[in-house]
Amino acid sequence: MSGRDQGSRFVLPAVIALSLVTVYPVLSVLYLSLHRKLLIFDISEFTGFDNYRFLLADDRFWNAFGNTAYFTMMSVSLELLLGLGIALLLNRTFRFKGVMTALVLVPWAIPTVVSARMWEWIYNTDFGILNHLLGMKINWLGSPFWAMNAAVVMDVWKTTPFVAILLLAGLKMIPQDLYQAARIDGAGRWSIFGRITLPLLMPVVIVVLIFRTMDAFRVFDAVYVLTGGGPANTTETLSIYAYKVLFQTLQFGYGSTLAVVVFLCVGAISLLYLGALRAEVEP
Amino acid sequence: MKRAGLVLAVLAVAAWCLGPFLWQAVTSVKPDAELTHLPPLLPTEPTLAHYRSVLSGTPFLRFIANSAVVATCTTLLSLAIGSLAAFGLAKLRVRFKGLILLFVLSASMFPPIATVSPLYIIIRALGLRDTLWALIMTYTTFTLPLTVWVLTNFFREIPDEIYRASRVDGCSSFQSFVRVMLPLAAPGIVTAGILVFIFSWNEFLFALTFTATESSRTVPVAIALFPGMHEVPWGDIAAASVVVTIPLVVVVFIFQRRIVEGLTAGSVKG
Repeated sequence: MSGRDQGSRFVLPAVIALSLVTVYPVLSVLYLSLHRKLLIFDISEFTGFDNYRFLLADDRFWNAFGNTAYFTMMSVSLELLLGLGIALLLNRTFRFKGVMTALVLVPWAIPTVVSARMWEWIYNTDFGILNHLLGMKINWLGSPFWAMNAAVVMDVWKTTPFVAILLLAGLKMIPQDLYQAARIDGAGRWSIFGRITLPLLMPVVIVVLIFRTMDAFRVFDAVYVLTGGGPANTTETLSIYAYKVLFQTLQFGYGSTLAVVVFLCVGAISLLYLGALRAEVEP
Repeated sequence: MKRAGLVLAVLAVAAWCLGPFLWQAVTSVKPDAELTHLPPLLPTEPTLAHYRSVLSGTPFLRFIANSAVVATCTTLLSLAIGSLAAFGLAKLRVRFKGLILLFVLSASMFPPIATVSPLYIIIRALGLRDTLWALIMTYTTFTLPLTVWVLTNFFREIPDEIYRASRVDGCSSFQSFVRVMLPLAAPGIVTAGILVFIFSWNEFLFALTFTATESSRTVPVAIALFPGMHEVPWGDIAAASVVVTIPLVVVVFIFQRRIVEGLTAGSVKG
């Protein structure tokens, strides 16, 4: 048949669209980050690395960085543990498994904004069901200690389904005869889990970690709607700080610098994991 | 005994997953006076007042229509562009195929916050600010990696012989794509379509940034900025949450297997 390269015209629209709406903006944000740009006054001047120098000395940036790191570590590790538990459960045989899978998917499908408002109501100090059940009067979203952890719990609720579904698919790929062989050899439950299930599940665990860590690190709507970054910036993540600088104070230069830092961190995280994945798959 | 433990664990997971939403549903039918009292947990006299106030008092139907238009257009566009690309990548000779796949995959990892400021400037310059097109354009591109990824897997599973046979019968590659390959990949189209629709229905950051007035506001932004004159109207928010979540819950129950397939596509098998 004619044309050795006829597939390219099929692929071209997608490549052009992706270049215009993701690649070009990323290059543009790099360019903006080297400027002092105030949208309202039409000010735009090249300032080299001034923004980055300012960033290194910016306490609020380091605070947001710490918050994001804490949020990411806490929620990803909790999701992994809980998700693994749910996946192991769903991997057992019982009736109504389809219904159960659908139930587990409900938090995943609910809009993040809706789930933030749901939890805001649950956490309400005076009329919230959480304080009612605990018989306490904790100001969950108003206290610097609890607010971030409250956001973590909400995120864990929302995203554990994704983790569980992926891990379940991984569990199903482990050949059953391996388990039988181990049982015949007299291996106990825990040693089967530790020596067969976990090692064989490792590549999927790393894939899950890649997706979830990147998602958690760029978290915006969940925390923004739940706390707005407060109290006293204790829940302000990097994306929230960048958003506020960009669209509340309209400093497009410095805001872009913050956005670039989020981009670089996410890139570094994915490279780290991909290295781990390669080491895992090709021993 | 073991059986009882299993049942208990299943019930606990179900309660954890569904509890918060059920509590929101209960809140949505509580009269205002009972919202500020616990106990009783359940309303003594369930009321639809909050639903009435949400569906008539605020332009909420407008927001739902906006979200529906944005999500539908995005889904159609993303599937059209994405299926073309996926077909090309799975079945045809494409120069730099590996590089393009890598490019598509890495584009899906770009954090939205890193692209929102330049996109805002572009959209403002094009005069598209506060229009639904701004959102459709952005969402279409942001969902392309997912569509391409899911559909490439589906097209790959269709035997090459079928494609070649259709070409021998006189189809051009495009005709073969439309008449033979697309119908065969229908399950994949449904899977990708659902995931794209849910993403566009739920997206918040771009919607918050690119819309300014009620004429183009979508549901998530409306719920985040729910008008509260003096106090937060928890009952109304709960009713609105239930209204926009029910369609999603229905979709999840009907298409549960497709969704699982879409979420795991490539990430586990590949």
